Amino acid sequence: MSYVPHTDADRREMLAAIGVGSVEELFAVVPESVRFPELELPEPLSEAEVLEELRVLSDSNADLDHLACFLGAGAYRHYIPSVVQHVIGRSEFYTAYTPYQPEISQGTLQTIFEYQSMICGLTGMDVSNASHYDGATAMAEAVIMAISVGRGKRRKAVVAPAVHPQYREVVRTYTQGMGVQVVGDEDLTADIGRLAERIDGDTACVIVQVPDFFGGLDSPETLSALADAAHRAGALFVVSVDPISLGLLKPPSEYGVDIVVGEGQSLGLPPSFGGPYLGFFACREEYVRRMAGRLVGETVDSQGRRSYVLTLATREQHIRRERATSNICTNEALCALAASVYLAALGPRGLRQVAELCYHRSHYAANRIAQVPGFAVLDNRPFFKEFVVRCPIPVEEINAELMEWDILGGYDLGRDYPHLAGHMLLCVTELNTRAQIDDLVMALRIIGEGGGE
Amino acid sequence: MTEKLIYELSRPGRCACFLPRTDVPPVELPSEWVREEAPLLPEVSEVDLVRHYVRLSQLNYGVDTGFYPLGSCTMKYNPKVNEEACRLPGFAQTHPLQPEDTVQGNLKLMYELQCYLREISGFAAVSLQPAAGAHGELAGILIMRAYHLDRGDTGRSRILIPDSAHGTNPASTTMSGLEVVQLKSDSRGNVDLDDLRANLDDRVIGMMLTNPNTLGLFDEHLEEVARLVHGAGGLMYGDGANLNALMGIAKPAALGFDVMHFNLHKTFSTPHGGGGPGSGPVGVTQELARFLPGPVVVRVLDEEACTCRPDDEHDEFCYRYELSQPGSSIGRLKAFHGNFGVMVRAYTYIRMLGSAGLRQASEDAVLNANYLQARLKRVYPVPYERPCMHEFVLEGRLADAPGIRALDISKRLMDFGMHPPTNYFPLIVHEALMIEPTETESKETLDAFVDAMTRIAEEARTQPELLRDAPHTTPVGRLDEVRAAREPRLRWKPPAA
Amino acid sequence: MKVDKASRYTRTHEWVRLEGDEAVSGITDYAQEQLSDVVYVELPAIGEHFGKGEVYGVVESVKAASDNYMPVGGTVTAVNESLADEPQQVNTDPYGAGWMIRFRPDDPAEIEQLMDAASYEEYVSSLEGAH
Repeated sequence: MSYVPHTDADRREMLAAIGVGSVEELFAVVPESVRFPELELPEPLSEAEVLEELRVLSDSNADLDHLACFLGAGAYRHYIPSVVQHVIGRSEFYTAYTPYQPEISQGTLQTIFEYQSMICGLTGMDVSNASHYDGATAMAEAVIMAISVGRGKRRKAVVAPAVHPQYREVVRTYTQGMGVQVVGDEDLTADIGRLAERIDGDTACVIVQVPDFFGGLDSPETLSALADAAHRAGALFVVSVDPISLGLLKPPSEYGVDIVVGEGQSLGLPPSFGGPYLGFFACREEYVRRMAGRLVGETVDSQGRRSYVLTLATREQHIRRERATSNICTNEALCALAASVYLAALGPRGLRQVAELCYHRSHYAANRIAQVPGFAVLDNRPFFKEFVVRCPIPVEEINAELMEWDILGGYDLGRDYPHLAGHMLLCVTELNTRAQIDDLVMALRIIGEGGGE
Repeated sequence: MTEKLIYELSRPGRCACFLPRTDVPPVELPSEWVREEAPLLPEVSEVDLVRHYVRLSQLNYGVDTGFYPLGSCTMKYNPKVNEEACRLPGFAQTHPLQPEDTVQGNLKLMYELQCYLREISGFAAVSLQPAAGAHGELAGILIMRAYHLDRGDTGRSRILIPDSAHGTNPASTTMSGLEVVQLKSDSRGNVDLDDLRANLDDRVIGMMLTNPNTLGLFDEHLEEVARLVHGAGGLMYGDGANLNALMGIAKPAALGFDVMHFNLHKTFSTPHGGGGPGSGPVGVTQELARFLPGPVVVRVLDEEACTCRPDDEHDEFCYRYELSQPGSSIGRLKAFHGNFGVMVRAYTYIRMLGSAGLRQASEDAVLNANYLQARLKRVYPVPYERPCMHEFVLEGRLADAPGIRALDISKRLMDFGMHPPTNYFPLIVHEALMIEPTETESKETLDAFVDAMTRIAEEARTQPELLRDAPHTTPVGRLDEVRAAREPRLRWKPPAA
Repeated sequence: MKVDKASRYTRTHEWVRLEGDEAVSGITDYAQEQLSDVVYVELPAIGEHFGKGEVYGVVESVKAASDNYMPVGGTVTAVNESLADEPQQVNTDPYGAGWMIRFRPDDPAEIEQLMDAASYEEYVSSLEGAH
């Protein structure tokens, strides 16, 4: 019980060595009136029983192994090569703490160094940290860093309406006590062209998402122009990117970005009902000392052998305390390891192939759906793997009917964007086969005919 | 022993994955968007990839490798069944935005975990959203701030924090836009009551207190501290990092705390992953429940499913579970609902231990720490000599070995196949060695640790260079940290052509 | 511990000395010893003005970061850019090559009111005694 090894004899010997008669005596300092409360918890279970209970819970969900999933909106289903699970299942990795003792942590340290290298390779940026909790918190940390780069004098973050709604919310939660104004998304119908108007001398950063929440891509020229406008005003340009898209699309370094953040869940992590995920964070070299989070650097040991160590730690809470760049301590190291294994397994060509499959299959789906009576695809901009469909009946009703077909439908955009009520955000990845897409199209046709009249 | 970087194993043309071919008509790629240069990623075969990571894993030290008495980190054994549980397809393969009626199992698990944590802590409400302890701290401080603002009390901006606190406490305070006031500790390791009184006024939002504190000591004046803080209109924040000493021993809410975060990756046996992922739920009193970060899971009567007659007791089939945002929530702290995979592990642990098992865990954690303290205080100075809770602090210095520092002792421990304690923390103890054995270690393991520490103390006197040059048996020796910081090399760069 | 006879000292371990109508300042030998190997120095922009006791920069070792305080009020006229590549000069030559800022003091006479070398040595030994 309790995974504790002590026998009663062990306990007696240990109590004698301490010089007390009972374990209870060790708790004499705890106020007596509240000492040893009875906890009302369910009766303990054996391993077999707990697994059975959990299987019942697990089976009562509709899982993506048994559904055709067309839902994305910030959490994605991509193929996870078998090696990923095997590597992160090595208990030398997953039962270790943060690598504060480098001599016996070279495994973790080198994998983080390789992860940092791969994130830089993917984004084209100079420096990556060891990870954040998720894409949303990485974005919030980018705002805080931008304020620090502006030496606290700039107090405004300009955020595009097409940034993930939950990310915008997290930015507001994080900064509510700091006297920071988050602007730019008051009018949710505004497009990225209107964002430049909001930049002024008080702006610390401008934030966009590429591809944006609707899956769409503004042109690299549009983004470069926005970067220039931000830089002219002395502000930083921050983007949140889909890492899978970077197998195919231009890296953010090519359109003037200062900080790149994003959700790394697509890189080898299951959707897991929302977590644990992986926030990645990369920036230009000149801002490295204002970065939050852990950094691993290369050095040598006492015998001159190349080795790795946590470095530039004076930025962090355990040294700088109230003046640290962030409070972050535990991050998502094991998820970063999964992402590294994923990226190493795919390599540049494999990642390109995944990205192209997403591109071709999502366009196939969009073209087919556009032909279904009553449905229309908003296609004024190029898109990567997600696109917006205008539906003839409420999205919630469509999704309920799709579930009968074992299809998990798209995200109801009306939940966050009132002007897009009746619009669905569909996601197609390399795991959606042509047969699945054809089924979806057939289902939509039948649902549309039934409910559209 | 070192391992090449994976980039150095790379050869153009290799790949470690099999991907499907396109089965749809290809469309033209958006030429202005297609990247010209492929991303700088390694190209390796699957077998080389596997061997690389297996070799790297062998350079690591985890709880599964050996004794890991890292103070303040609760490196207890991570049960294997937890790992099996979180990989069940209904948990791992569900999307956070699925319709709620398709994920009732997940929501029920979260609801039950909220209930268990409430029961263990005595708090009225729990949000599982924060992803780590520091994230939970940020939530807690923002809740305290919101509470005062909601009452119309806008003059409060200070958080009192003892000098023994974790660095995350002051850092979270600053992130919340508030001011840190540091309090002294008294000669017995408690909060200095005079210093507390001197700093208590109507500018105080609240106090952050770790109890037992980072010295492993239960504050002897805790009730008085809480009374004073509450008397000044402030709230008590509990840093739950040390909850492993208190399960079934005392409920933090009953000790006077208003808010507390839990570390599921410490107290509730979920693995640390080499630095995450963790999970840092936050619990609060009834008065603060509406400020919790959301969503939280609520249970509602399912009118359609319930077939009860008016006088029947409802059973579990009468309810459904929903995500809900508390009325005056500080907002969302991350995308989606929290680190669900970590919650599944913690749930599994609590279900297997039950009430008696949790109390046994805390009792044995405290027993183990006191046993080590009793045996080691004859070898090393102990700054506060009284019974400890789940951890304690030694001074890593010896009167008759003046050149030896705590760091040398720690490094030498590695040669004995053990992980060192936490070094140089808390800051108020010189040459601190902070030792937390946890309840999952046997008496033999603890005795072996005492033997190693005793022998190291002897070596410090007779062969000090053995310590100063340690470790001798690890994959690499001591690292040049100055060089790493002076010339930061933070990624691999291709060799110049 | 070394002191520079020509300099004046603050309780926060900065030295300052007048050179013409400008002043030069850095951290003392005692301060660099406490920090151990300096790895990074953050310096202000030229033209910035700081009051007496205001933080103008930060000096960092691997395990610690310490603020640098303005010994007297003034406007920065130059910073030691060579510290970017060779921060170790703060350790090897704190009163010379390891200087941090030159500034135009608001009131040069204020410098004379700071501790001289002898008083600073006394002050440091009182700190040592306290431990």
